[in-house]
Amino acid sequence: MAQIASITLYQNDEARPVMEAILQDNPTARVLNMPGAVKIDVDDELVINRATVEEKLGSEWDPQQIHMVLISMAGNLDEDDDRITLSWKH
Amino acid sequence: MAVKKMGLKQKYAHLTRGLDWETSYQKMDDVFPYDQFEGIKITDWSKWEDPFRLTMDAYWKFQAEKERKLYAVIDAFAQNNGQLNVSDARYINVLKLFLTGVSPLEYQAHRGFAFTGRHMRGVGPRIAAQMQSLDELRHFQTQAHTISHYNKFFDGIAEFQHMHDRVWYLSVPKSFFDDARAAGPFEFMIAIGFAFEYVLTNLLFVPFMSGAAYNGDMSTVTFGFSAQSDESRHMTLGIEVIKFLLEQHPDNLPIVQKWVDKWFWRGFKVLGLVAMMMDYMLPKKVMSWKEAWEIYFTEAGGSLFTDLERYGLKVPKYADVATEMAEHISHQNWAVFYQYTHAAAFHTWTPDKEHLDWLSEKYPNTFDKYYRPRWEMWAKMDEEGKRFYNMALPQLCQTCQIPMAYTEPGDPTQIAFRCTEWNGEMYHFCSDGCKDIFDDEPEKYAQSWLPVHQIFQGNCGGPTVPDVLNWYRLNVGADNMDYVGSPDEQVWNSWKGKAPAEAAE
Ligand SMILES: [Fe+2]
Ligand SMILES: [Fe+2]
Repeated sequence: MAQIASITLYQNDEARPVMEAILQDNPTARVLNMPGAVKIDVDDELVINRATVEEKLGSEWDPQQIHMVLISMAGNLDEDDDRITLSWKH
Repeated sequence: MAVKKMGLKQKYAHLTRGLDWETSYQKMDDVFPYDQFEGIKITDWSKWEDPFRLTMDAYWKFQAEKERKLYAVIDAFAQNNGQLNVSDARYINVLKLFLTGVSPLEYQAHRGFAFTGRHMRGVGPRIAAQMQSLDELRHFQTQAHTISHYNKFFDGIAEFQHMHDRVWYLSVPKSFFDDARAAGPFEFMIAIGFAFEYVLTNLLFVPFMSGAAYNGDMSTVTFGFSAQSDESRHMTLGIEVIKFLLEQHPDNLPIVQKWVDKWFWRGFKVLGLVAMMMDYMLPKKVMSWKEAWEIYFTEAGGSLFTDLERYGLKVPKYADVATEMAEHISHQNWAVFYQYTHAAAFHTWTPDKEHLDWLSEKYPNTFDKYYRPRWEMWAKMDEEGKRFYNMALPQLCQTCQIPMAYTEPGDPTQIAFRCTEWNGEMYHFCSDGCKDIFDDEPEKYAQSWLPVHQIFQGNCGGPTVPDVLNWYRLNVGADNMDYVGSPDEQVWNSWKGKAPAEAAE
């Protein structure tokens, strides 16, 4: 069985470009909508690319801004200046 | 020439490497006296990696922004009389239970992480623990501030901290944190950082806050998700601590496994209160406890423990029992509070027809067979003027302090009962998990402050129920008893222009 890498974000305008970027860059992503929150699951690895978020947002985005819209996550996190990865791969 | 900006990894490395020093006036073992006795072996603290790499300047910037947003919402909520827009006044009882049972734990977490942040020899975990300590203080304060608005209109809220230290069912969450804080710094990190924050906290916050959103409580959903955004950082601390300990020395594995087993079970028992909130107390329901358990324990925990297998760590002992119990725990807990409504600082009710149907649908294996008939019988007794109250003080489990009301694995018609004789005394437990925890450290749990024992010993204000309730500062006739007929209901009906008779229908 695949291990699930997952992120839960606010259901709001600030989080929407991040969510759209995840859906674009992770083709197997599945979305669970809850009141106030949205949970996105991807098998094994979930990637958020700064460039994609900036393209959706139309302005600069620092990956650390994720802290403003983050609710929860699953997977081993790696973060640098260009991407955030949640992964069960080694 | 322009100075090149430092990257995230570089900045974080500067903060956590080389900022610390080897003490020379005092021995390092005297400066850090608590990080050896638990038997955990650390060979190289510099191997610690904090995946979020948050530096102090970024930390304060983000936290300030979160606070500004939250307080703007709280202000708007108060100005617009947001309390008028919740789904039903029954909902407020969720907040009462949260504020009396959970918010004081945030404060305990603040103190626990401050202690741990002082006593870890490595600078990486020290910084992470100190940030978490500040976060937890913020959680406690924002929760008290947010819910204080409801205190202007509803009962059962004003004495939350006093109640937390005294009321019988609140000793369940209180003793959970007392237990963790009375352990060494590594056990505390596994207990709270890993088992609670990583494995179980989603079950507390995500469905509950989503429930607040669905029930029109804009202020609570905002403090909840604001806290939860810190929680994600805490989760990475929790998973880092377990990986770090397991990578440092093979001798750490059996110690860590024992703590994971223990704290999973302790946490699962405390979360029974949340199970009850979700299945019985939210007027508009988001998901059942069983569904939440499947998403956040079976699925998410499954991925996590598969990952940790490479260190030899196993799924917590009795995880299978907890999963079976997910079909029962909310029904058994709400039944306890229904029977003891006279001694609870929030209101109870029997589920109406629509609610019973929802429970039947969500719990096809158990609800109609074991629980629906009981609710229908109690509702009928109430109609006939014979509302059922249990006037006997219950026997409590020595470990989790919950009344002995849970059933045997595999037989929901039989109450589970375990005991151990130690030092010439008999101790009682609700489950194998709780008995194992006692048997491993009997000298610790023999000292538990059990509310029922304390009442019988004369330490809780006097021998009668009114004496004890007075000692709890429980305002009899307002804070306790059924929702129907309560002052809360009266206030709500007056706002909604409903006559009492119409409401009682
Ligand atoms: Fe917290
Ligand atoms: Fe127990």
